[in-house]
Amino acid sequence: MARRLLLGLVQTIAVVLLVFALTEALPGDAAVALAGDQPDPARIAAIREAMDLDRPAHERLADWAAGLLRGDLGTSLTSGRPVAQYIADGFGPSLLLATLTLALLVPLGFGLGVLAARHEGRLIDRLVSSVTLAVYAVPEFALGVLLVTVFALKLAWLPPTAVGYGTDLVGHPAVLVLPVLVLLSRPVCSLSRLVRAGMVDALASPYAAHARRYGVPGARVHYAHALPNALAPAAQQLARTIDWLLCGVIVVEALFVIPGLGTVLLNAVAERDVPVVQGLAVVFGVLTVVLNLAADVVAYRLTPRAGVAA
Amino acid sequence: MYDERFPGLRRRGFLAATTGAAALTLVGCGGGTDDKAGTGGGTPKRGGRLRAAFAGGGASETLDPHLANLFADVARAKALYDKLADYGADLSAQPRLAEKWQSNKTLDRWQVTLREATFHDGKPVTAQDVLHSYRRIADPKQAFRAKASLEPIDLDASRATNARTVEFVLKRPTAEFPNVLAAFGAYIIPEHAGDFDKKPIGSGPFRFVSFTPGRSAVFRRNEDYWDGAPHLDEIEFVVANEESARVNALLAGQVEYAHELNPTTARAHEGRGQIEIVRLRNSAMQAFCMKTDRPPFDDKRVREAFFLIADRGELVAGALSGAGEVGNDLFGKGYEYYAAGLPQREQDLDRARALLKQAGAEKLKVTLDTSAVAAGFTEAASIFRDQAAKAGVTIDVKTGSKDSYWSDILDGGTLCCYRSGAMPIEAHISQRLLTDSTTNATQWRHKDFDALYQQAQSTRDKTERAAVYERMQRRLYTEGGFLIWGFADWILGTSRKVRGVETKAPANTLDWARFDKVWLA
Repeated sequence: MARRLLLGLVQTIAVVLLVFALTEALPGDAAVALAGDQPDPARIAAIREAMDLDRPAHERLADWAAGLLRGDLGTSLTSGRPVAQYIADGFGPSLLLATLTLALLVPLGFGLGVLAARHEGRLIDRLVSSVTLAVYAVPEFALGVLLVTVFALKLAWLPPTAVGYGTDLVGHPAVLVLPVLVLLSRPVCSLSRLVRAGMVDALASPYAAHARRYGVPGARVHYAHALPNALAPAAQQLARTIDWLLCGVIVVEALFVIPGLGTVLLNAVAERDVPVVQGLAVVFGVLTVVLNLAADVVAYRLTPRAGVAA
Repeated sequence: MYDERFPGLRRRGFLAATTGAAALTLVGCGGGTDDKAGTGGGTPKRGGRLRAAFAGGGASETLDPHLANLFADVARAKALYDKLADYGADLSAQPRLAEKWQSNKTLDRWQVTLREATFHDGKPVTAQDVLHSYRRIADPKQAFRAKASLEPIDLDASRATNARTVEFVLKRPTAEFPNVLAAFGAYIIPEHAGDFDKKPIGSGPFRFVSFTPGRSAVFRRNEDYWDGAPHLDEIEFVVANEESARVNALLAGQVEYAHELNPTTARAHEGRGQIEIVRLRNSAMQAFCMKTDRPPFDDKRVREAFFLIADRGELVAGALSGAGEVGNDLFGKGYEYYAAGLPQREQDLDRARALLKQAGAEKLKVTLDTSAVAAGFTEAASIFRDQAAKAGVTIDVKTGSKDSYWSDILDGGTLCCYRSGAMPIEAHISQRLLTDSTTNATQWRHKDFDALYQQAQSTRDKTERAAVYERMQRRLYTEGGFLIWGFADWILGTSRKVRGVETKAPANTLDWARFDKVWLA
């Protein structure tokens, strides 16, 4: 496990360095981005100097890394506010969305998967499979627009955006319904298909047949023998999904005006606000490493056979 | 430490501001406002909270009025603060906090008398506050946007002659000095101003209530406003960067005012009775910009040929989805001093071909720089490429980076897409067409043209001045570097109960995003 942890640490550092290098490689820096369509060269030079952008890249990287070791994520180039505050502000809405989605995703994904596996080849299985495949093929943005048009604008059941509610989303639960539906749509499909496939494989395996021959009841074979087999890949898929939920909900946040981490990232990249982008990269990097670590542990516990094989 | 530097300079802010300066004319409540104001609008009603959705700058937003860059910033600054003057619908300066202004004979000393007005904390607006505000903007260590506009003022020599009179000493004669007072971002703050984001104090129509960067700002009516208290109890600015989110929020009644809509959205909802669509005409100039100092555009016959290649109607229909008007290669259609008498230029491919032949530029190949940095840019480029092909000119369209586009095209390339927001014609000339202009994208440098500008600025008589401006525009029309093919509408939507939205004000003029005159029916 120590080696796995060390690997995670190295991965995080690599992500941060890569982000820094890529941001440096982008055409134009924060000063050019800020000057916009008033690119007066003297003004750009003044902005650059005031932002310390005239210093060499490696010095800026070193300063920032030193701050990081003290737990200081730095200061935004554009607003002068601490990066930690950006992340703290954006974390709430993203975490809320992710938690809600996950809370619904697990029972739904497993339920649908098990349902399809138990009726393998029959009408229910074919129905679940084709619907999940179809929904999976719809991009989030299109689905979001569709749901808003039908449920918010035509039927007026739900609000179309969370505009003006800021971070107080819990106080207005109705605004969460459509975003969570959109976020849920694709992970549910991939998860249920994974669970189904894992279970179908397990049920067809010799040990399941063996268990049946010994007179083990069908339900026990399904849930105690076959289902755990599907759990390991599903747990890993879940870890990736949480990652995606926290880091990649940009589309949903933009569409429904939810001020989460995706929005913070989008603005920071557009403004070349390097400290904020780096701060987010660290947070996302650590999160990804920790989640995948956890998933590996879970997978290891669930399938001792994997340990033997490794 | 960064706080003292550039808190709040934002990329999109700048873009928007510049674009907006020229382009944002609030045209009131869509087609309906005008009619309604006349017929069913009735008398203004007091009360209510209006929620207005703008594209914003995210978590980096600030309420410091001198940092205003985005439309959202300007709308908020306008609610909390005042300028000495502001632009009317024709981009001429109208008195605001300045009650009147008067110059000496040589136009290099101006007496500005302030009206009686108070800040939100009850202290009067004084000449000292004005000088403090201008000195803050002009601080050489800062990069406030209005700094360049205030450049003609010698602030060390300027002084307060009494509590309500400022004597501005200028570095040179400036007939258009009131434009400086109306400059973008030149707001008056009190000398004792503190933290702008926590406790902003202005003299504007609304008082501060709350503000969360990138989300919401709530302001309450200022009962003591010198121009009459607003009708609304409260105004809330919310931020939604996606156009579809702004429209949806408006349709569902989550907001009553949505800024910056697409032409397609406008068409879908215009006249349907659900919401009102407002089109602010002549808000954004759309152009191709030819570098006049290098081949092939250093030959004025080639420039003229390009003027004749453009089918402006097709460009407006295609690149602006029809939401705009054709241009005549001159900036500022409908603004004060615009040379409206010049004949509208039409496509003439035969003459264009003949001119190119004369110039020895047959089989010409040019690279046209464009980028997705502004709406319609890439479309305009490909439409113009096809038009040029008919005249035997091969245009190679090159799409550049969005983030560094404006700085890339300033000196690089030979031909590029260009746009600008509303500003007085004089400001367009001084910022872009003089030898020492800082953003001279056409590389137009002519001593006699500079001299004409100086002549206009030292001419007291307005009619004579207009004649000088006409001479300059005639020159630009004949052989300038800006192929100005259109002026885009600025489109916004309001709920049906919103009244009093001005429909004639281009973006960034006084009556655009002016919520103290709006009421809820």
